[in-house]
Amino acid sequence: MAALFIASLVLALALVHKPFGDHMYRVYTGDRHTPPERLVYRLLGVRPGTEQRWSAYARSLLAFSAVSLLVLYGLQRLQDRLWLSLGLPPVTDHIAWNTAVSFVTNTNWQAYSGESTMGHLVQMAGLAVQNFVSAAVGMAVAIALVRGFARRNSDTIGNFWVDLVRGTVRILLPIAFVGALVLVAGGLVQNLAAPHELTTLTGGTQSIIGGPVASQEVIKELGTNGGGFYNANSAHPFENGTGWTNWFEIFLILVIPFSLPRTFGKMVGQVRQGYAILAVMATIALVSVTLTNVFELGGGATVPQAVGAAMEGKEVRFGVANSATFAASTTLTSTGAVNSFHDSYTPFGGMMTMFNMMLGEVAPGGVGSGLYGMLVLAVITVFVAGLMVGRTPEYLGKKIGSREIKLASMYFLVTPILVLVGTALAMGNEAGLAGLLNGGPHGLSEVLYAFTSASNNNGSAFAGLTVNTPWYDVALGLCMLLGRFLPIIFVLGLAGSLARQTPVPESAGTLPTHRPQFVGMVVGVTIILVALTFLPALALGPIAEGLFS
Amino acid sequence: MERMPGWIRQHLAAVRAIAVLTVLLGLAYPLAVTGVAQVLFNDRANGSPVERNGRAVGSAAIGQSFTDAEDVPVRKYFQSRPSAGGYDPLASGASNLGPEDVVDTLPVPGAKDAEGHPDEGRRSLLTQVCARSKAVGELEGVSGARPYCTADGVGAVLKVFPAVGTPTRAVSVNQACPATPFAAVYRGVRVECGRPGEDYAAGRTVPVRGGAGTPAVPADAVTASGSGLDPHISVAYAELQAPRVARERGIPVDRVKALIDEYTTGRALGFMGEPAVNVLRLNLALDEE
Repeated sequence: MAALFIASLVLALALVHKPFGDHMYRVYTGDRHTPPERLVYRLLGVRPGTEQRWSAYARSLLAFSAVSLLVLYGLQRLQDRLWLSLGLPPVTDHIAWNTAVSFVTNTNWQAYSGESTMGHLVQMAGLAVQNFVSAAVGMAVAIALVRGFARRNSDTIGNFWVDLVRGTVRILLPIAFVGALVLVAGGLVQNLAAPHELTTLTGGTQSIIGGPVASQEVIKELGTNGGGFYNANSAHPFENGTGWTNWFEIFLILVIPFSLPRTFGKMVGQVRQGYAILAVMATIALVSVTLTNVFELGGGATVPQAVGAAMEGKEVRFGVANSATFAASTTLTSTGAVNSFHDSYTPFGGMMTMFNMMLGEVAPGGVGSGLYGMLVLAVITVFVAGLMVGRTPEYLGKKIGSREIKLASMYFLVTPILVLVGTALAMGNEAGLAGLLNGGPHGLSEVLYAFTSASNNNGSAFAGLTVNTPWYDVALGLCMLLGRFLPIIFVLGLAGSLARQTPVPESAGTLPTHRPQFVGMVVGVTIILVALTFLPALALGPIAEGLFS
Repeated sequence: MERMPGWIRQHLAAVRAIAVLTVLLGLAYPLAVTGVAQVLFNDRANGSPVERNGRAVGSAAIGQSFTDAEDVPVRKYFQSRPSAGGYDPLASGASNLGPEDVVDTLPVPGAKDAEGHPDEGRRSLLTQVCARSKAVGELEGVSGARPYCTADGVGAVLKVFPAVGTPTRAVSVNQACPATPFAAVYRGVRVECGRPGEDYAAGRTVPVRGGAGTPAVPADAVTASGSGLDPHISVAYAELQAPRVARERGIPVDRVKALIDEYTTGRALGFMGEPAVNVLRLNLALDEE
């Protein structure tokens, strides 16, 4: 059953890869602006025909994100004076800051509990809007980088506002609308009602709380965001009601990241280059999903052995295997939605979810961020290969010179620094240690997971850690912010410098980047870089827990 | 507009972009979805309410507990799984306790916490599992024994001293004195009962599997769900409860089993998810018999 579940997802993703990837290619390369889009550009006061240099592109992106941050912070702080607040008070300042950063950076880390903190208006007009646009921003950056490879002697890499608007209205919105209705058919709620209290069969009271859930759930998965309407996220029956909505939500998580390599191949004019990138992503993802299933079904730890299955924190309707597949998918991408609680996973199952994020979320990664992360790794791979044979490395006809490799290296270094320094600070500080729920190696795992998740913009958690404290809200907020925008600036810089180049013609000494050999090398470089960086930390956390219990 | 410096123009565009996109994505989109969903799938969009005699008693999608005011199971009803949040939809979520959370903090008799409540200690996930298994076993008249559990329903865990080398002392940390330890001797050392308040952190943790075979009480009956609102139990747990419910209601077991079948959702397309029995709807159907 577990294998059939995974195989059906692979089949579905394979079927849509070409048509959907081609659709996204047309979206980002077409010349025509539809009349509603023209209206939007006029309202924005931008000229859609004007191309931007990488620096102007980056400034527009940062300005948009900064304004988003302020608006989202303001909405939360003023929610009691707006409609549909359900009588909830303003969100406290540190949680509001953390949440605003979290949603603008596509992390969707939740220091708050949705049902008791956020009113309906903040959820749909604040959080869900960022679910759309933070995803569109990620895709825009990926497309800008691809233009860098595709263009020759060009000063410009596109227009941020056009990429933002097209990604939103031509890709995300139509799928979200249809997908939301499919999810309602599967039992998700979609209303604007206030919570209502009722008396249960045995005379107790229960307060049923609905809301615009399906419309938010669909974009939370499709945009690899992950912030749940409820605290229980996609384990909540109102967010994920049946075995098949679970399948559909995993499909939504993976569909854009796994189709973008096709868009990349089409844009650089060599479809086979897209297949090579896809092969790298698919190889890592399949191994990871399989291992997570094996570890969870194996149930190797004291409590799962006593129970007879790793069922703590999992729902009956999903079972162990489909929960494990969801967990792997959500951490391989930058989603961070959960349909079961990773803190209670077996030590090695929990380690897989952490390792997936440490890979930098490139297999297939978040919407857009997965593709640009993987392309940076491909650049590092041709550089390593170039060093071995003593040639100037090139990728897709573009020379990887000192400026390019510096940008790629800085990109790669950002998250390990944030994760390891952040974890060290937390473990060496009273406020950091106060949050632990579990002791021993598992306590370290909780903190390591938190900083890994925030810095990689994932958003899932070993949720035992109490993070709604000022210290964690500020520290993790900074990690999310730097972990998102520093890499984006480096990627756009890389795009700019690649676009300016004149492609060098292919010669006998050029490393072919579409063959299985290259696919294997990128997989190897990815795993080795991550293993060297994080193995010591993992050894003290999940590996110690798994081996010595 | 055209004469403004570039950086101001960018921020103006950003402010306008957020305004336009909020109206489109934050208002028009969710309201349109709500409108269509309310027309096409009215029942589900409103939370699949379940009524009895015209009065709402719950949601078919949200689990509830079938216990009385003292938290004792009502014997004529099928029981739901354990819940970390007590089936309160305003506190959804899981226990988040780790797979090696096996050592309790025993309550110190007579001690009070900062707010003056009696010290309750802290029960590890393993002890919670063992205690639930024992309680369900007693309710259903089967053995509640499980691996790594003592007969008195706590985790069978020793702290051995010194942490490295030949043991000179062994304590059954989850069994408060004067309990009889689950094992008399560990590697030649007599096993002591646990003394509340004593710090055993320095010892090596040794969970002891014991001789229990496959447990009679299913896995979902002894674990808390992810949502804390799981509306389902496994078919195995439902079948374990069927004889008790039939006896309490004076109806044939076969009739109860037929109702279990009726309220079991199979795997979608034969391979998605796991078969699950909706507890609230099953109990309502029984009441209508």
